[in-house]
Amino acid sequence: MRYIDEYRDAKAAKHFAELIKKTATQPWTIMEICGGQTHTILKYGIEDLLPDTITLVHGPGCPVCVTPLEMIDKAIAIASRDDVIFTSFGDMLRVPGSKHDLLSVKANGYQVKMLYSPLDAVLLAEKNPDKKVVFFAVGFETTAPPNAMAVAEAKRRNVTNFSILCSHVLVPPAIEALLSSPLTKIQGFLAAGHVCTVMGYDEYIPLAAKYKIPIVVTGFEPVDILQGVYLAVKQLEEKKHEVENQYSRVVQKEGNRPAKKLLSEVFDTVDRKWRGIGTIPKSGYQLKESYAEFDAEKIFKVENISQPESSICIAGEVLQGLKKPVACSAFGKECTPEHPLGAPMVSSEGACAAYFHYGKINKN
Amino acid sequence: MNTPLDISTGLSCPIPISEYEKVLLAHGGGGTLSHQLIQKMFFSQFDSPLLHAEHDGAVFEAGGNRFAFSTDSYVVQPIFFPGGDIGDLAVNGTVNDLAMCGAKPLYISAGFILEEGFPMEDLWKVVLSMKRAAEKADVQIVTGDTKVVDKGKGDKIFINTSGIGTIEKGINISPLNAKVGDAILLNGRIADHGIAIMSAREGLTFETTVESDTAALNGLVEAMFSVTKNIHVLRDPTRGGIASALNEIAMTADIGIYIEEDKIPITEDVKGACEILGLDPLYIANEGKLLAFVAQEDAEKVLNSVRAHPLGKNAQIIGKVVSEHPKNVVMKTSIGSLRIVDMLSGEQLPRIC
Repeated sequence: MRYIDEYRDAKAAKHFAELIKKTATQPWTIMEICGGQTHTILKYGIEDLLPDTITLVHGPGCPVCVTPLEMIDKAIAIASRDDVIFTSFGDMLRVPGSKHDLLSVKANGYQVKMLYSPLDAVLLAEKNPDKKVVFFAVGFETTAPPNAMAVAEAKRRNVTNFSILCSHVLVPPAIEALLSSPLTKIQGFLAAGHVCTVMGYDEYIPLAAKYKIPIVVTGFEPVDILQGVYLAVKQLEEKKHEVENQYSRVVQKEGNRPAKKLLSEVFDTVDRKWRGIGTIPKSGYQLKESYAEFDAEKIFKVENISQPESSICIAGEVLQGLKKPVACSAFGKECTPEHPLGAPMVSSEGACAAYFHYGKINKN
Repeated sequence: MNTPLDISTGLSCPIPISEYEKVLLAHGGGGTLSHQLIQKMFFSQFDSPLLHAEHDGAVFEAGGNRFAFSTDSYVVQPIFFPGGDIGDLAVNGTVNDLAMCGAKPLYISAGFILEEGFPMEDLWKVVLSMKRAAEKADVQIVTGDTKVVDKGKGDKIFINTSGIGTIEKGINISPLNAKVGDAILLNGRIADHGIAIMSAREGLTFETTVESDTAALNGLVEAMFSVTKNIHVLRDPTRGGIASALNEIAMTADIGIYIEEDKIPITEDVKGACEILGLDPLYIANEGKLLAFVAQEDAEKVLNSVRAHPLGKNAQIIGKVVSEHPKNVVMKTSIGSLRIVDMLSGEQLPRIC
């Protein structure tokens, strides 16, 4: 398959692994921001191909993982109503709230549906005028445009029984929060290619300059990751700190203009709580006042639900790249994909689940 | 009010109620949760050595002959999908379960659970499809049952089929027979059925030309046995895909399995759909595929016989049984690194991004 096979090519992978080995003269710590990249790194055993000098830490870029417990409890409260059809992307359904998950709500006889597109939720609302259809609008800048479009479309078609439970988060404020922490070990970033497809990479330029850190916009195939690591290491060795675009086959500097325009029409930027990290200023989207009639939090009055996180789970430190999943005392014991304590064990993109599924061979 | 479980006879629920008060869909997904349910709930109570063989069907002797007996229920949604429908699936599925025991399928039963209001025309289509599938597989549908439930208490149509077949002398198929050195053969491209179903399912509509691979495999198995009886294990990788099937065999036989990603046949369309949905094709259902564990010395001639059959044109040897990493399936990825192919805990869910 074009644009896939050549980026899963053993020769190309080996070529970049060797370049990294030749280039790195000292230890470097690089964070891949996106959960999709973490998934590739573990699925393809990329760390095995890297020299000991390079440490990869897995960032907070899994939307499922960083959705706070209380937001899942809000979703569960809304979904557990007879007058609601609750809809969501697939992997949000298995994320544990403080008591149970959305799949259990479904098992209890309520209507919880997995959808592939938020626009299908608008259609579902039109087909079911006696029900309130809610879409769980989770994700980074990548999934925000389709969610914004669903809301705009519902308004245009006057679909009054559709709403979204909005939990969108933004990448650049998270990078800034990580870099401004005195504990940070991160010396280079692989930025999330698909987020930049929408937003471009203008907003990363001041970050790279302020924190003197290379940021490489990187794709999701194994060769993409290896090339991204190589470009970051090369900059570090040359004492450069620029924003570079490895994923130029997809990403343009200014991003997707119509998508960005739509986002600014529908959403306001607000402070947002991240699971395991805490509140990050200006790191989330919320529906603008002019779209308030589509805001499920307001419609179902769940704004007051709040919930502290599990005390054993070190999800916060894992998501900040301070610890690896295997450093958790609960990893693979109390906490498994069947009984996750924290969100990174739930999603296949979560760092803990990725270690659990693919990591065993390295330990044996 | 719920009736408390009777603990006076020691029959406490083996799956802690605190963990799962209710059955989840994942308990039927073919992954770890299904496995736990079957092991702890069913195997612990329905105690029989035949059951514990963990085969696709029970293999037993009567009157000096060996038989295989198997059952399966079909609840697929939608009932009509690209490349097939619930009718041919119900016949082929049970025929294949028998074939995977090394048996020649003879007779099949058909039990229908119909929902009030189900269109007669659709039922007729399903019946004709079953008839055609039975003729093609050379089996007879010889007994059956029909129940109708209130509207809303079922979902259009559920079908259960059971089947019985005879096993020729000299054939001995069991997951326990897997031996270090065995070549692992796959008769063609994976994940067609699962992707075809998903493409037709409400909420996940996407354009694809992928069709289900539903087919009866007994003819192919016969062709393989005509070359050699030295086939140790047969398994049709249905729900849970080839990853779950290989994991089950590795666990039952206490052997290691090594496969190579580049050797696993898959179409570009299926690969593309998996990329879009964020799914791993190794875990996606097949309905016309088999995995055969064949003694190394006979692997080449079995492969040739499979490739000569219409259902095996794209067959490949995808890996082998090894003494390392017992109970684990390890795959050499396309970039040359090694990865564990684990059992999934529940159903694969499409990823957000």
